[in-house]
Amino acid sequence: MAGFVRLAGPAVVAMLSIAAASASPAPSAHAPASPSSASAARGAEIYEAKCGACHSLDQNRIGPKHRGVFGRKAGAVPDFPYTAALKKSGIVWNAKTLDTWLQSPVKMVPGTAMGFQLRSAQERADVIAYLKQQSGK
Amino acid sequence: MIEDINMQSRRKLLVGSATTLSAAGLAVVLGSTALPRAARAASGNAAQDIQLLNAALGLEHEGIAAYQLGAESKLLKPDVLKVAVTFQGHHKQHRDDLVAAITKLGGKPVAAKSNFDYAKELNAASLKSQTDVLRLALKLETGATNAYLGVIPSLDQSDLYLFAARVAGDEAFHAAVLGSVLGEPIPEKAPLFG
Repeated sequence: MAGFVRLAGPAVVAMLSIAAASASPAPSAHAPASPSSASAARGAEIYEAKCGACHSLDQNRIGPKHRGVFGRKAGAVPDFPYTAALKKSGIVWNAKTLDTWLQSPVKMVPGTAMGFQLRSAQERADVIAYLKQQSGK
Repeated sequence: MIEDINMQSRRKLLVGSATTLSAAGLAVVLGSTALPRAARAASGNAAQDIQLLNAALGLEHEGIAAYQLGAESKLLKPDVLKVAVTFQGHHKQHRDDLVAAITKLGGKPVAAKSNFDYAKELNAASLKSQTDVLRLALKLETGATNAYLGVIPSLDQSDLYLFAARVAGDEAFHAAVLGSVLGEPIPEKAPLFG
């Protein structure tokens, strides 16, 4: 703990005390049960927290941009360096293919660079609803 | 450059730490039973792991660039800047460990993009205050924690599980500190990540 204090400094420690006194519900804690109705609003939160390290809607980053992904052929975003495996997969993204993909990308398309698995069926349904909404579908 | 902001002694300390941890980290990543490079490269599973590690390396490159952009923005107060520099140093250590692991598996580590490209991709032009910078950092650190945890089941080499978990721990620590500085409320429900 001494190391933490040295690293973060007095100002951070003070902020920690304030934060500790104001606990709140987790914004995107969903049980891994079978999905109820999908929520694009919940999906936006989950997308931010769990996809946002690599993806955004309008910029190619570690992964390709996602706006318009619904109905798009895999490997089709211009100027993104896809793996050969994904480019030749022939996949068209829809609710079913996205659900399979998010369960295990490497199982669906061996050789892909995406390994992140979203194991909660509810979270997958919510994220897919969000991507569909952001694709204008 | 962020390094220019810091004293020479701090740079030496960070570089020294990175060297030490890279060697130790690599031993953890690949273990003493790791196959020779040629054998690894010939394995489809190794090729898959190389792809996933390169995606993680891309994440670290972006994280390093994000802290660089923050430091050069002149928006950070001195105490906050010191923490940002330390966190950037952690990401450089992750980068070095990933480069070593990818190379040992017979792969070619992905190169970093230019800071200009990262600035565009991260919409750096929208950063107008220290809070803006810290919110971007929090978003990236939270996402990185989840990314490392989420990739573990896809990795073939079991030695890599521990590596990914340890890096996820580092990212979670960063996210916790950043959230506290920003006054973010502590989530009541666990698990907080993954």
